[in-house]
Amino acid sequence: MKPAPFRYERPETLEEALGLLAEHGEEAKVLAGGQSLVPLLSMRFARPAVLVDVNRLPGLDGIAAENGHVRAGTLARQSAFGEAPPVLERVPLATEAVPHIGHFATRNRGTVGGSIAHADARAELPLALVALGGSAVLASRRGRREVAADDLFVTHFTSALEPDELLVETLWPAAGPGWGCAFEELALRAGDYALGMTACVLHIEEARIAVARVAVGAVTDRPTVIPEAGELLAGEAVDATLAREAGRAAARAVDPVDSLHASAAYQRHLTGLLVERAVLRAWEAAL
Amino acid sequence: MIPIEITVNGRRYRETVPARLLLSDFIRHTLGLTGTHVGCEHGVCGCCTIILDGTSIRSCLFLAVQADGSELRTVEGLAGGGELTALQRAFRERHALQCGFCTPGILMAAVDFLGRHPEPSREQVVGLLSGHLCRCTGYEPIVEAILDAAGER
Amino acid sequence: MRQQWVGRPLPRFEDEALLRGAGRYLDDLDPAPNACHAAVLRSQLAHARIAKLDPSAALELPGVVGVLTGADVAELSRPFPAGVDCPIPYRAAAVDVARYAGEPLAVVVARDRYVAEDALELVEVDYEPLEPVLDPLTAAATERLLASDRSFRYGDPESALASAHLVVRERFAFPRWSGTPLECYGVVADWDEATGSLTAWANFQGPFTLHSVAAAALGLPGSKLRLITPPDSGGSFGIKSTVYAYVVLMGLASRKLGVPVRWIEDRLEHLAGSSGATARITDVEAGFSADGELLALRYDVVEDVGAYVRAPEPATLYRMHGSLSGAYRVRHVAARNRVVTTNRCPTGLNRGFGGPQLYFALERTMAIAARRLSLDPAELARRNLIRADEQPYRTPSGGLYDSGDYAACLDDALRLARYEERVAERDRARSEGRLVGIGVACIVEPSISNMGYITLARTPEQRAGELPKSGNAEGASVQVSPLGGITVRVATAGQGQGHATVCAQIVADQLGVGPADVEVITEMDTSTSAWTVSSGSYSSRFSGVSAGAVLRAAERVAAKARRIAAHLLECDPDDVELAGGRAVVTGSADGISLRRVAGVAHWNPEALPPGLEPGLQATAFHAAPNLDPPDADDRIASSAAHGFVADVAVVEVERETGRVLVLDYVSVHDAGRLLNPLLAAGQVRGSFAHGAGVALLERTVYDADGNLLTGSFMDYLCLTAPELPPLTTGHRQSPSPFTPLGAKGLGEGTTMSVPAAIGNAVADALGRDDIELPLTAPRVWELLA
Repeated sequence: MKPAPFRYERPETLEEALGLLAEHGEEAKVLAGGQSLVPLLSMRFARPAVLVDVNRLPGLDGIAAENGHVRAGTLARQSAFGEAPPVLERVPLATEAVPHIGHFATRNRGTVGGSIAHADARAELPLALVALGGSAVLASRRGRREVAADDLFVTHFTSALEPDELLVETLWPAAGPGWGCAFEELALRAGDYALGMTACVLHIEEARIAVARVAVGAVTDRPTVIPEAGELLAGEAVDATLAREAGRAAARAVDPVDSLHASAAYQRHLTGLLVERAVLRAWEAAL
Repeated sequence: MIPIEITVNGRRYRETVPARLLLSDFIRHTLGLTGTHVGCEHGVCGCCTIILDGTSIRSCLFLAVQADGSELRTVEGLAGGGELTALQRAFRERHALQCGFCTPGILMAAVDFLGRHPEPSREQVVGLLSGHLCRCTGYEPIVEAILDAAGER
Repeated sequence: MRQQWVGRPLPRFEDEALLRGAGRYLDDLDPAPNACHAAVLRSQLAHARIAKLDPSAALELPGVVGVLTGADVAELSRPFPAGVDCPIPYRAAAVDVARYAGEPLAVVVARDRYVAEDALELVEVDYEPLEPVLDPLTAAATERLLASDRSFRYGDPESALASAHLVVRERFAFPRWSGTPLECYGVVADWDEATGSLTAWANFQGPFTLHSVAAAALGLPGSKLRLITPPDSGGSFGIKSTVYAYVVLMGLASRKLGVPVRWIEDRLEHLAGSSGATARITDVEAGFSADGELLALRYDVVEDVGAYVRAPEPATLYRMHGSLSGAYRVRHVAARNRVVTTNRCPTGLNRGFGGPQLYFALERTMAIAARRLSLDPAELARRNLIRADEQPYRTPSGGLYDSGDYAACLDDALRLARYEERVAERDRARSEGRLVGIGVACIVEPSISNMGYITLARTPEQRAGELPKSGNAEGASVQVSPLGGITVRVATAGQGQGHATVCAQIVADQLGVGPADVEVITEMDTSTSAWTVSSGSYSSRFSGVSAGAVLRAAERVAAKARRIAAHLLECDPDDVELAGGRAVVTGSADGISLRRVAGVAHWNPEALPPGLEPGLQATAFHAAPNLDPPDADDRIASSAAHGFVADVAVVEVERETGRVLVLDYVSVHDAGRLLNPLLAAGQVRGSFAHGAGVALLERTVYDADGNLLTGSFMDYLCLTAPELPPLTTGHRQSPSPFTPLGAKGLGEGTTMSVPAAIGNAVADALGRDDIELPLTAPRVWELLA
């Protein structure tokens, strides 16, 4: 289990990094926290010719609140992100999601940007970003663009990033009064990939749901908003029956496949159950 | 081959390494600090956990070249040549190790963890240990040892 | 002499080094300078003809030293011998046909491991796929794959079943799993062309019978295979007994290529190509009287040992043979044992070794019978448990149990579990629609295996013409240096059990010193250690037989020291007592230091009593008693000592998710005298975690094509701290009459009992009999859906 040979580049500036990505394109792979990439290198499932280590790029690990969202530099470590005051105050969904990611020492190293760019359909942060309707800023020599989370995740391990682009920051919409959220997942062991996961974000006005976003992961090929569930909830007050209906709508909307540890039927059932629980909790939080 | 300079347990090393050399292999085989163990090389077992610039990480998920300029602590650096630390003593008193293979990684994670959570709950300690496999002890004595060490600080 | 140290919960001497990162595990050593690094090319397919294996491109890569292929293995070695005559020979690498995904096809040796792995990718292999067989029952019906088929009958089970009020007939499947030590396999092999001998350093576990197996494959007398195990080993749980196959493989690579070869297995290799427990299908027929007496037991077992019958298999089946009747008084027992090969990695020793498989079937049967008889399961067990006044007790299949009050242990467990309250709580919870269940398991934990049990795989007629095998023996040496320093050398090749500490306790008591004054050498070297074929740490044999050898050696040194002292003090040796580092005349102030006694033995032999040899050291062997070869009726005392474990599990199944929450778990042990209660507790807890792992999470899974689906630690789910159930333990200490210190093994009991107890509890919660391990949330939910 040793990586195949590669060339190692450690750019000191963003311009230099983007130049390397422009030069090497698909031959290059960005090394951020490395918690997913390095095992893939060691198993030789990933064999980049050039590894661009972005860890020393200056100014990319900040976490700050501004204009209705929290901006997280791509190199913000997951553990720091989950406990950062702006996140604790304004993005409680992320704070709920982070402890489910791996383990203490891997969260110390794993980055927010790396997790988003990796686009693992079983990962927590992409799901949270989609549920919140957040976005990512991608930079290349050609310029910068902001891509909505809904458009960022294409399929399992595939994002809208072009080979010459670097994800430089993520934007996490802040929750204000009347907003409530909940993150639910079930894994066989603490820190494992989930058998089912969901994130629910609700906005309540006059004791009715004004905005409802229910997203699921793990059972879909990318973190996916379930509009059927949102529509069911819109304009309503949540009770146990409605939460269950939202869960059923989500369960109907997904089409999982049998996996090593769980049948498709279980994953579908679990998704419904977790959505039901998340809707109830988000409602409580929003009240 | 890339020249790097690393401080480990207070001692400075200058070495030249291949780009692909894993930090775990560098620590063990280049520097000869074999107290850091390798149990899975994919980040699950936790045996290779060390402290890099004050934070615990998996050394098998890290390249030696990445550590250029960094300061590392490994299990050999805990007590140095002196008495065992309170955490190490607690492991012995609680019989929190048997084969001892997972122990260095758990110690290093616990040092970082206790630095940030000086008065942890049992649940937090159990949560920390979710990232460390131990096949000998049945975990409970490790939980007790870490709680003992926290109580002594 | 009053013993002071044995029996105390002494923290370990081993820990000082291990906590400093100063352990000496295999990969920490550099015993053969300039060794080259090996990587193993492994079959991608579960069953295929290797039409072509061309290493030429790999050989061109700079840094590559050479390649050993399956063809080389065939030329340079013989198949490994095993306990049965298997139609499919097993070698260190596949020759022509690969029979499991992960089977070694070739070894690439290079300057370092990185380059060796680069070269692996350059070896060209053409596979011609063959149909794999994964289903053990299909294999049982296929002559070529049925390696052994033996039937055993004790008493008159047919009549007993015919007259039974209730006959339970059920099938139980036990999954394949592995203890997965955190240190993987490692071998450094150094072939010496001049002497035609191999020196190998390996984290091999024993039994050292397998040294003979390896030597036979290499075509060497044992003296030319020097096998050295390092002082520390990162766990094994049985799994590292199979390192011997890689000792041969790397030995052949070293021989062919003329360099020392170093191979450190990685985790993916370990999961695909090391070892695991057998998967077993057991059909049980059990007859009961109306009041719950177990009258007869009949097992029909199909044991899946993977692609080859690899020594010591089919030992998993026979290790428990003397305990087929478990903890019960039943006198009529029958078993049909079929050993089959399938296209999976071969199996071997794994903690519990046959016990989890046997007791899952037996204890599930008891729980099912209790329900059908409308009896409380604890009451049903109590009615059938062997009574204290029947000990020592001979089982129908020849086992000789030694001591213990099983019913008292069960009562302890019920009391600790607040059983009656728990039953009431369960019934109340049920009336509220909750799924709460209680499970009981009562098991006998054998330790110190009879090396002869494996010959049961052969018929009495076959055995008649062969060298009988029996017993279990261990050697140890104790020496006192000219300056009075004490060194003990053992051949246990332990893996973290704390042997050094317990040996020091034993010797300290005999020589009248403190345990810190005793150095214990745990490094094992077949050329210089005192050992036997049964050496090693397995079948929980340390406290019963290895400790016995240490005791015997220490007793001899002590006796000699007393004789010398008596001569110098001009008194009778019987009046000399060793205490406080001195030899003193009982009841007087006269005495000399042990150092002085040793000094005389070494420096001044002329002052020794007439006829006494100089020096102060002894090597002793201790053999466990009562371990005869199987008799003509296939009866065997398969183990020398037998502990008892009574467990109560209380679970709740979360209806919505299928999650099994273990609310309470009580385990009461009688393992005879505890030599070090702190270490004993550690063994019980560790064994419990393995048992809970296989009950709740762990399983090795192959798909229908024989691809391994649990090939990394992300998929093979070792139990971690948050999943660990709460455990309460209790102990009784009924000394074994068959071991020198009265101790019995205790490192495997809960691995045997927990799958059964948790299985019974979940079955009780769900109100159904068809549960299968592991009881993960999705699998339990399928039963509810």
